[in-house]
Parts: sequence; C-alpha cells; structure tokens
Amino acid sequence: MIDVLTEFAERLPGMSETLYYGTLDTLYMVLWSTLFSVAFGLPIGVLLVTTDRGGLTPAPWFKALLGAVVNIGRSLPFIVLMVAVLSLTRLLTGTTLGPTAAIVPLSIGAVPFFARLVETAVREVDRGVVEAAHAMGARKTTVVGKVLLPEALPGIIAGLVMTVVALVSYSAMAGAIGGGGLGDVAIREGYQRFDDYYLWATVILLVVIVQAAQSLGDLAIRRLSRR
Amino acid sequence: MIETVDLHKVYPVGKRRVAALDGVDLSVEQGEVYGVVGQSGAGKSTLLRCVNLLERPTSGRVVVDGRDLTALGAAELRRARRGIGMVHQHFALLSSRTVAANIAFPLEIAGVPRRRRAARVAELLDLVGLGDKAKAYPAQLSGGQKQRVGIARALASDPAVLLSDEATSALDPDTTDSILELLADLNRELGLTILLITHEMDVIKKVCHSAAIMADGAFQEAGRVLDLIATPGSRLADALFPLPPTQAPDAVALTYPRAYDEPLVSEVTRRFDVDVNILAGAVEQVAGTSVGRLNVQIQGERREGALRFLADKGLLVQEAAR
Repeated sequence: MIDVLTEFAERLPGMSETLYYGTLDTLYMVLWSTLFSVAFGLPIGVLLVTTDRGGLTPAPWFKALLGAVVNIGRSLPFIVLMVAVLSLTRLLTGTTLGPTAAIVPLSIGAVPFFARLVETAVREVDRGVVEAAHAMGARKTTVVGKVLLPEALPGIIAGLVMTVVALVSYSAMAGAIGGGGLGDVAIREGYQRFDDYYLWATVILLVVIVQAAQSLGDLAIRRLSRR
Repeated sequence: MIETVDLHKVYPVGKRRVAALDGVDLSVEQGEVYGVVGQSGAGKSTLLRCVNLLERPTSGRVVVDGRDLTALGAAELRRARRGIGMVHQHFALLSSRTVAANIAFPLEIAGVPRRRRAARVAELLDLVGLGDKAKAYPAQLSGGQKQRVGIARALASDPAVLLSDEATSALDPDTTDSILELLADLNRELGLTILLITHEMDVIKKVCHSAAIMADGAFQEAGRVLDLIATPGSRLADALFPLPPTQAPDAVALTYPRAYDEPLVSEVTRRFDVDVNILAGAVEQVAGTSVGRLNVQIQGERREGALRFLADKGLLVQEAAR
C-alpha cells in the first residue's frame, strides 16, 4: 500500500499537466452548460408552473406541449443524446470534437433536468402568498419576480447543485466520444493505456469538483433559507 | 362602503354545478366592523374573495368605495385593490423577506420610492407594536406577531377597507383577543371599514357592529348586531346566548337588548304579584353594550300582564327553548 502511494506521489508531477488541462476543460464544459441550463431551464421551469390550470397564466395545451418536450429530453440517455444531436452541434460550433462542442449536448441534456427541478421548487411556494400579492394589486410579472422566484430560491439553488453534479458526470461521458476533459483523460490514459494512476487521479479530481459544488450550494442554501 | 348586489358564484364540480354564493346582498357602512359568520363551506370565504375580485362572481355587482369593481379593466382593478387591504388566516408572509420588507411589499407594488417606503414601514411597525422586529424573519415570529405583520402590510397603502379572512382562526385565545383589540383600535382610530369572516361567534361579539349569518351561500339574517339580538327568533341571539333548554312550566326567555338601570325583575314581582324563578342566564358585552338573556319561570295569576310589562320595557319576551 505504502509502495503504491509513494509511486503515485512520484508519478504526479509527470501527470500534472494532463490533469490540469483535463480539469480546466471539465470546468469549462460544466460552467458553460450550467449557464445555458439556467438561461433556458429557469424560464421553462417557471412556465411549467404558471401555465397550469388555475395558475398565473393558464394555458393547458401549452403546458402539455412543453411538458412533453421536457420529458423527451429527460428520457434520452445522455450518451444517446450526444450522438443524436451531432449535426446540431456541428451547426452551432462548427465541430463535433472538443469541449466547446460538448457544451451543446450537455446543455440540451441539462436544461430539461434543471427545468423539472425548478418546477418542483416553484410549485412548493405557498399559494396563499401568491394570492396575497394579487390582493395587493401586483402584476403577474411582479408575482413571478418578487414572490415565486425569491420564495423558491433555496429550492432552485438545490436543483442547480444537482444539475452541476449531473453535468460533471455527463461531461466525463462526453469525454468518451472526444469531448475532452477529465473523462477523456480517464479513458485515454487510464483505460486504454492501463495506467491506473491516471484513473485514480481523475476520480479524485472529479470527487473534489462535485464536493466543492455541493458545499458551495449548501452554504448558499443555508444563508438563503429563512423558513 | 362595500356593497354586493345579488352576488352569485357557481363552481362546476365534475358535471354538477355548485352554488357557493346564491344571491348575496351585502351592505357594509363606512367606518363599521362587519362580521360574516358561518360554518365552513357556507360560502363566506368565497364572498370575501369576491369583494376584491380574487374570485370573479358568476353574476352580480361588487361596489367598493363607490366603484363597481366588476366593471374595471385589469390595470384599474390592480389599482383599486391597493385601496383594499387583506389579512389572511395563514398570514401569507414572504418567508424570504424580513418583517420590514414584507410590510414594504405593497408599497413596492404601488411604486412608492424607497425613502418614503422606509418611513411608512417604521410608522406601521409602531402602529402594530412590532417596532423591535423590523429585521426579523417571519419564521422567527409567533403566530400573533405574524398576524400583526400581516395587518401592518394590509394597511401599508392606506386602504379605506380591510378584509379579514379568518384572521384569528389560527391563533390561541389570548392572541386572538389581542388581534381583535388591534382591529377594533384601527377601526376607531383610523376610521377603517372592516369586513371580516369568521366561524367564531366570539369574534362577532367582541368587535362587530353589524353581522350576517351565512349558510348555503346565502345570508340567513343580517343587520346591526344589537338590532338582530332584539329580533324574535334571531339565530345570532341564540348563538350568542347558548342557554340550556328547559322543561320547567311557564318558562320564558327574556332578552335584554341593552343595559337597564331599573330593577325590572323585582318591579315585576311587586306590581303583578308573580313568582320569578331564574333558570339560566347569560350577559355579554356586544358591540360595546351589555346585553343578556335570562330563562325565567314566571308564575302567578297576572302572568300575562307581567310579560306585557316586560315587553313594553323593550325586553324581547319569547317562549324559552325546550
């Protein structure tokens, strides 16, 4: 055991450059995909609640349609989705290889995931508070911006953390088909070249990234939650 | 101040249609506290929510402060709602905002500048006795304190009318009393017109000038509380003075719609030579007046004359409930 650890320590300097760039690529993919997930998932999640029968802006057929689209996105295994959207990826980024190309399927996979989590969080908001806002003469946009979103924020942040963690795992998968990042390092250096040290190092780094995201999210939730 | 004319509200329940309001004519005078009392399911909550059009009546008109709300467009209705405060049974405070920010919320909606908001919030906190809780969050408050915040918020934009949706139903008896006192104070000091709904007769007794008893979507009786008490067969009076039924012969129920200086009972025994035996009695403070009801047995040759004398004195003389 000691021998293995010593050798691992000795190998680290040699691996560090590959691991460093792998980590950067992973973070790059995850951060951009998270950004797109929020940009699209947040409004979709809110719409899934407000278009309910008896909701803020009832539109049952629209909700059914949106729900169906979200479900399609949710039911595709990520590895299949990645291949399925290759032509879209090429259209948007001009390539199907590398971290930038991977952002396209990652975002498409994470948007419906995050949207459903936002929907759940917003649905939890006390209907009485929404009604109170109406009774005060609030506009619908005010109800969304000043009641629904702030009241659901801790739940939304929790959903965001889950999304980031899922994205880290998806991004590793993206690595397997040429997306780059730590998944790519693990497959190429660890699996295909039978170098267990690379495998361990990527595992440790992935755990650290997930752990950091979770801790940061928990901290934010604790600060925001006033219930 | 608040008037509803032939208000109907029909809900589809499956294939049937259920009438939650079945022709309600409500009339609340400026500056009075009006209570609508009834069992749950009687339609009182629907009635209240129709007054600020949180629910749109199926037919009928709602006039508040001289304006027919049912005729207003969306933007005008929003503006009109700012003149109608509402207090909720479960407080309906924003958990993510401090007490001060909750009270400021209706002012934000109305577009009041920040500096004026802060001054107004400080005033309101003092008014409801929560000057030290500005920075607290609702989760840190007791039920009574939360309702005080709810009331302060409802008053923020200086409404002429306050609607109270079972404001004390989630509170313990002592807290209920303090909240009712606060409402009565606001009514007196600000001239605030209050329409409240409740299932507790006590609330009617303690703060209401006028009341309506509601069942199955309609008013069974409505009017000034003291007038109702003096009305034969009033359900409100029966509910206010729940005396045990009696099997005693010659028993009558005497309702005192006001306090008397004269010793009526001893006078009646002297003048009519009857025996008066008190079986049960209750005295209540209603709308600031002492009112009471006695179940008494009156026996003697000149019983009829005695009863007529009491009726002439303004007492309501009825057969006692058996």
